[in-house]
Amino acid sequence: MSKQAIGPIRRSFAPWDDPAAKPLIEYRGVTKRFGDFVAVENLDLKIYTREFFALLGPSGCGKTTLMRMLAGFEDPTQGDVILDGKSVVGVPPYRRPVNMMFQSYALFPHMNVEQNIGFGLKQDGMSKADIAVRVAEMLKLVKLEPFAKRKPHQLSGGQRQRVALARSLAKRPKVLLLDEPLGALDKKLRQETQFELMDLQQELGMTFLVVTHDQEEAMTVADRIAVMDKGKIIQVATPSEIYEQPNSRYVASFIGDVNMFEGKTVPTADGITRIECGALGMAIESEGSHKPAAGEAAWFAVRPEKVRLTSDAPPDAAGVNAVPGEVWDIAYLGDMSIFHVKLANGQVMTATRANISRIVDKPIGWDDKVWLSWDRNAGVVLQG
Amino acid sequence: MNKGPSWFNLTSITLGMAFLYLPIVLLVIYSFNAGRNVAIWEGWSTKWYFALWQDQQMLDAAWVTIRVGLLSASVATILGTMAAITLVRHSRFFGRSLFSGMVSAPLVLPEVILGLSLLLLFVSIGFDRGFWTMTIAHITFTMCYVAVVVQSRLVSFDRTLEEAALDLGCPPLRTFFSITLPLILPAVISGWMLAFTLSLDDLVIASFTTGPGATTLPIKIYSQVRLGVSPQINAICTIIIAVVSVGAIVASLQLKRAETERRRAEQMAAAGR
Repeated sequence: MSKQAIGPIRRSFAPWDDPAAKPLIEYRGVTKRFGDFVAVENLDLKIYTREFFALLGPSGCGKTTLMRMLAGFEDPTQGDVILDGKSVVGVPPYRRPVNMMFQSYALFPHMNVEQNIGFGLKQDGMSKADIAVRVAEMLKLVKLEPFAKRKPHQLSGGQRQRVALARSLAKRPKVLLLDEPLGALDKKLRQETQFELMDLQQELGMTFLVVTHDQEEAMTVADRIAVMDKGKIIQVATPSEIYEQPNSRYVASFIGDVNMFEGKTVPTADGITRIECGALGMAIESEGSHKPAAGEAAWFAVRPEKVRLTSDAPPDAAGVNAVPGEVWDIAYLGDMSIFHVKLANGQVMTATRANISRIVDKPIGWDDKVWLSWDRNAGVVLQG
Repeated sequence: MNKGPSWFNLTSITLGMAFLYLPIVLLVIYSFNAGRNVAIWEGWSTKWYFALWQDQQMLDAAWVTIRVGLLSASVATILGTMAAITLVRHSRFFGRSLFSGMVSAPLVLPEVILGLSLLLLFVSIGFDRGFWTMTIAHITFTMCYVAVVVQSRLVSFDRTLEEAALDLGCPPLRTFFSITLPLILPAVISGWMLAFTLSLDDLVIASFTTGPGATTLPIKIYSQVRLGVSPQINAICTIIIAVVSVGAIVASLQLKRAETERRRAEQMAAAGR
């Protein structure tokens, strides 16, 4: 691919692109069945040291089962789970060098903050003095020094979350597992904590594996995301790749909003894919790595913010990457507005506009006739 | 609108109070009767309490009762808790419904039948009846009460707490003693107290399974009452009532204090301090 996807690129940290890199965690052909229900199906996945990896999917997609197999609470029905070069199948949870932060935090209610954080260290037979030092260090890390003697029920939700985090970090595990770590926090606190988690992971240089159903959370914190559905991984990629180059309708619609069109591929000479959408009398031309064979049915996806909304037909469009419609709904969100535009075939397309000036000359209103158009590199042709 | 208690509330309070407390109050008052006759009031006296103190048989019976109660309640608590854990945690094993049925059977089975079957067992294996047979019998019928109490606590127990302990490197048995047991302890203690109380005032099963030299207080009182109610009996009953009420009041005060403390702490936490 000649062109680079936009989005943050973290200091060329990309061990997954290096064929010589040895993964820290590897799932090999893992299947997990509960009775007749298949939670995870023949799944392969590699996660590398110091990576912040997110498993993303709706509830019941198998992401939590995948994490619990690494923690040791479940064993795979088939396949192997390898941690740091050794298979961990059959190793009980209390002998695995991974720690987990539970969705419900699972703080021990009869112990104070200090005792909670020190619990894992005590199990390792660490001396009292050393435990005290490490616990103090952890309290400082999560900024909870004044609360050391409090019991969990004397803490707010955000504070509890920090105790749970400190407790799971205290043993310096090879991998920290986070099960919906921010699910119980309100939105503002969640956003703050997301950034704190990222900083923490960078600071400690640890491998984090997070399970979440919140795409925004996954996009914010993770180096790479695995999008899962029905026990299978649909796509593994960086957040920007997932957003800008989704490989399927499932991924495209799971992450963010998207407009999708179905059409038939027609032959073209150069590196451009041309899809004709008969129902709309429009052709789509796209530059992209995935090129379906001519004559094949294909799906095209374009994000709302990459769609231009104009009152007049774009010049020299000639029915390519441009379609007329009528404004159906407008949502004004302050920083931007969302337009729902109804096309000739009844399909509703979404376009967003950043509100970059306070006053507009000719505002677009309800029922206005408008044109939607986009560039050749604005959208992607999906693989399935 | 709320204008004080309605006639319905007044009636139910009066009737309830009368039915519950009148017999007890009468008993307490008559324990201080100076006369020998139980039904005729002859003035205040504490002499029956002193007489009780002199009555070696009564004191022996009390001592046997307490020993049987402490021992059987403790063993029943251990066995009942183990049964509860198995029943809640292992949803499927061979003979589960049989086991669960047997655990709750003594709750519904008439005591006479239970006493008789235990007696038959002890006779058939040639176990000399006395202190030990009575203790075993009490373990049998009190352990199911413990199991029921502990079971209801375990059902609402958050098992991720145990998973968290395992995850932090704590082996299963240690997890039970450092996490599970402390958290279900209130239920275990109330199970123990229930077992102890049941053992204290059991008459039927005790009389089936007892032998020479092991007379409990209920057996003693019952046999004496058959000869005629003496004010001494009233005195010992008053002492039992006093002990039980003090225990109940202390326990409920303790519970109340813990509750207010917890609520205050939660409010503080919610305020973010």
